[in-house]
Amino acid sequence: MTVPAHDATRPLLSVRDLTRHFPIKRGVFGRVTGQVRAVDGVSFDVAPGETLALVGESGCGKSTTGRAILRLIEPTSGAVTFDGIDVLSLDGAELRKLRRRMQIVFQDPFSSLNPRMSIGAIVREGLTIHRLAEGGAADARVRQLLEEVGLRPEYATRYPHEFSGGQRQRVGIARALSVEPSFIVCDEPVSALDVSVQAQVVNLLQDLQRDRGLAYLFIAHDLSIVEHIADRVAVMYLGHIVELAPVERLYREPVMPYTQALLSAVPAPEPGVKRERILLAGDVPSPANPPSGCVFHPRCQHPARDAACAKIVPPLEEKAPGHWAACIKQPPTSVSWEQQQAAGGTKPPEFFLPRAALHRSA
Amino acid sequence: MTTPLLEIENLHTYFYTDNGVARAVDGVSFSVGVGETVGVVGESGCGKSVTALSILRLVRPPGRIEPGSVMRFEGRDLLGLEEREMQHVRGNRIAMVFQEPMTALNPVFTVGDQIGEVARIHANASKREAWAKAIEMLKLVGIPAPEQRAGEYPHQLSGGMRQRVVIAMALVMNPALIIADEPTTALDVTIQAQILELLADLTRRLGTSVLLITHDLGVVAENCTRVIVMYAGEVVEEASTVDLFARAHHPYTEGLLGAMPRVGGEKDRLATIPGTVPAPTDWPKGCRFRDRCPYSWERCAAEHPPLYQIAGGHTSRCHLADEPERRQHPHPPLAAQRGASAA
Amino acid sequence: MSAEVFAPAKHVRIGAHPALRALARDSRARIALVVLLLIALGAVLAPLIAPYGPEAQLDIARLHNQPPSPAHPFGTDKVSRDVLSRLIFGTRVSLAVGLGSAALAMSIGIAVGIVAGYLGGAVDAVLMRLVDAALSVPRLLVLLLVASLWDRVGIVPLTLLMAGTGWFTVSRLVRAETLALRDREFVLAARALGTPTLRLLVRHVLPNVLAPALVAAALGIANVILLEAALSYLGIGLEEPAASWGTIIQDGADSVTGHWWLTVFPGLAILVTVFACNALADALRDAFDPRQLPRGTTDALFASEA
Repeated sequence: MTVPAHDATRPLLSVRDLTRHFPIKRGVFGRVTGQVRAVDGVSFDVAPGETLALVGESGCGKSTTGRAILRLIEPTSGAVTFDGIDVLSLDGAELRKLRRRMQIVFQDPFSSLNPRMSIGAIVREGLTIHRLAEGGAADARVRQLLEEVGLRPEYATRYPHEFSGGQRQRVGIARALSVEPSFIVCDEPVSALDVSVQAQVVNLLQDLQRDRGLAYLFIAHDLSIVEHIADRVAVMYLGHIVELAPVERLYREPVMPYTQALLSAVPAPEPGVKRERILLAGDVPSPANPPSGCVFHPRCQHPARDAACAKIVPPLEEKAPGHWAACIKQPPTSVSWEQQQAAGGTKPPEFFLPRAALHRSA
Repeated sequence: MTTPLLEIENLHTYFYTDNGVARAVDGVSFSVGVGETVGVVGESGCGKSVTALSILRLVRPPGRIEPGSVMRFEGRDLLGLEEREMQHVRGNRIAMVFQEPMTALNPVFTVGDQIGEVARIHANASKREAWAKAIEMLKLVGIPAPEQRAGEYPHQLSGGMRQRVVIAMALVMNPALIIADEPTTALDVTIQAQILELLADLTRRLGTSVLLITHDLGVVAENCTRVIVMYAGEVVEEASTVDLFARAHHPYTEGLLGAMPRVGGEKDRLATIPGTVPAPTDWPKGCRFRDRCPYSWERCAAEHPPLYQIAGGHTSRCHLADEPERRQHPHPPLAAQRGASAA
Repeated sequence: MSAEVFAPAKHVRIGAHPALRALARDSRARIALVVLLLIALGAVLAPLIAPYGPEAQLDIARLHNQPPSPAHPFGTDKVSRDVLSRLIFGTRVSLAVGLGSAALAMSIGIAVGIVAGYLGGAVDAVLMRLVDAALSVPRLLVLLLVASLWDRVGIVPLTLLMAGTGWFTVSRLVRAETLALRDREFVLAARALGTPTLRLLVRHVLPNVLAPALVAAALGIANVILLEAALSYLGIGLEEPAASWGTIIQDGADSVTGHWWLTVFPGLAILVTVFACNALADALRDAFDPRQLPRGTTDALFASEA
């Protein structure tokens, strides 16, 4: 199966058909009656030094994907390759070694730091576990890291509750950097922060990426931040990647109807410009009971939506160079018109790009 | 000029804590007209939520509204009301929509019961009348199959639906004013769009005024006619929405606008506001923003700026209004300088 | 290198452990601690402050069962031992058994709780069913049964017995906390760093589950003191002529109203100690929970602003 890859250079991280289901247990004996398909066959690559954003709304599976890659949650199936190493087959000791190279920064600055440890101890932990430095050398390294993220080194003895949300987030970043990773999963790192603080942390992440050549999997739901920091963007819905494209392309010409709706929903700080919105009907279906065929079809506003959409699971295919989308109604598509008609299709594919999905670009 | 619906003058709400007196709201004045949607923008610690709670007199010890504060609603002095009269106002004439729909709803009662409760308290409705009203409200807020939904419990509904229920509860008695405190922050962006659209539509139809509290300037731009920017317990700028975005005056507002990434905007480094909000127990003398301001000069430390009139309906709490030439000489804010020297 | 550098929020007081500081501020805790400290001091300095030895029979003929008097402020018992001295020495026993068993029970309970909570699955199921079974048997009954197998029980066996029957509740509490902690992000972060499991449990889980365990321990001490007194009163506790609050009461059991001082004074001692322990437990519970919003500070305000 062809998969969206960045380019010819070997990707740093390669994810194929990653799946994570959570069993639903009922009854006294805990009989499994269904599966919550949190992540349902996700594939993508991340090149060294690039930022791939993973966007979507709550319940789409983006956080689960990030954690599954690091094996903080074990995937149900699929493959994860990091720098050629098969991550899912590693045992304890080998996995621990690999952990140095793949790190994570969490969303909630209040629960991502151990309240009983000073921030210096928190940042030092990684150095001790992997025997990177000890004693005075470790202290020096901790001071260096704190400075690098913009905190005064003398605050190393203080506890997390003495700092603001933005500062705690910086501590989390310092902790991730302490083991010198080449890849960091940023799980909604700025969602819980004020706007001006968000800006500070985003700038910091960009500086660090430039200085250290880090690759990021940037998980977020805020499309404006994502446009600012990402090189490529993958849009997730109900456990599937429905669109993946370089950032300018995604925002200028979103192909997947869900992406179009998502972009149109972002409030624009332009008063007086009453933008028409694509309002999606209803709520996101439960991942325990996803719709058949295309998971988005019940809420889709594409004019060619028909019965075929409920039957055929759209493959993620390349609509333009580097631009992948899962929609059988947006040409070009490998699902032929005959196949669609056989599945009950009545409207042939036609390209649809509503103005409501577009924001004025600079 | 008609009498404003809500007039707040010189509101001070202080919290008396072990660490000192936190002056959460420190001299805030504004008004909301009939049918207007006014936005209150600010970040954590600016006092916007406490302001909302103060209006409804929901502030509990160790917090209290200081004497000298004036709050007039529909011509009546809110602070002079007895608690029972105030209860008659809450949910009836002024309704509140909170940020977290899950905690705003009681998990052990059906949504129909909770909406109906408002009618039973304020309109003396019977159980049957209240239930009918609940279904009518659910329909109004666009919840499909309202008869069935009314019998469901909050946990059975999604976040967006719950927020619709909360809005339904707020609208039961057709209040003159709704105070919405970050009503969509906890929701996904597509749901947020739905909810804001709903709120705008309903308030337009019913003529309800809205005090919309948020940190999201984008939400403000699309929904409010006037904006109040708060910082460190004070109003630092007030203007019509168009004026605020086109001609922001106060450096904090400028900073906020600069720090916001926008879809379709430029991709350089985001402008940031260095430093952090000072502590409410210890507001600095003079201008509270001066340490983080790129234009501040000696006067800012010495003299607390009043609200200057910039243009019709546009005020700003900044000495630049008096000495605009200073804007030509920006410098790195003190907060950034101090930090750099310690690194 | 980022140019923005910040100081922590000035209004939060910097320095030592947040819970300890909250505790220090609580007047209940201060009083309770002072009382307990005095009691402990009394126990340690017993030989110096008690007027007589605990077993000194002063004058069986004339000084037995004497009511309180200037020479013997708490009276004497049936073999003319000074009750005040016995009370003071008895403090040693009560505290030793109380603290000893609490420490031991806490250790066992925490270990079991963390293991069951973190590992889950079969281990958790087995351990918790064991605890459930043990909890369904009344503790006093078990103690009576076991203690009655011997004629009289020494301090060490008694302590072990108390600990052995007292760790179940702690383990349940700790397990519940561990379950909640397991999915907290800082634990995930530690796993992401590659922290070995043992280190994770000791450095990240343990300090954060201590809170309920300490509260349970404070209550446990009070409980044990009562139980020891009960056992001794029933005649199955410590051996004669050991001085403990329970044995003093037991001595006066044949004439509770007649020789009231043999019941009242040890009773008061038990009351005061148990009360202080409970007050301390309450204060501990409040100091630990919630911790992220220290009471009475402006953090509580900021939480509502977020």
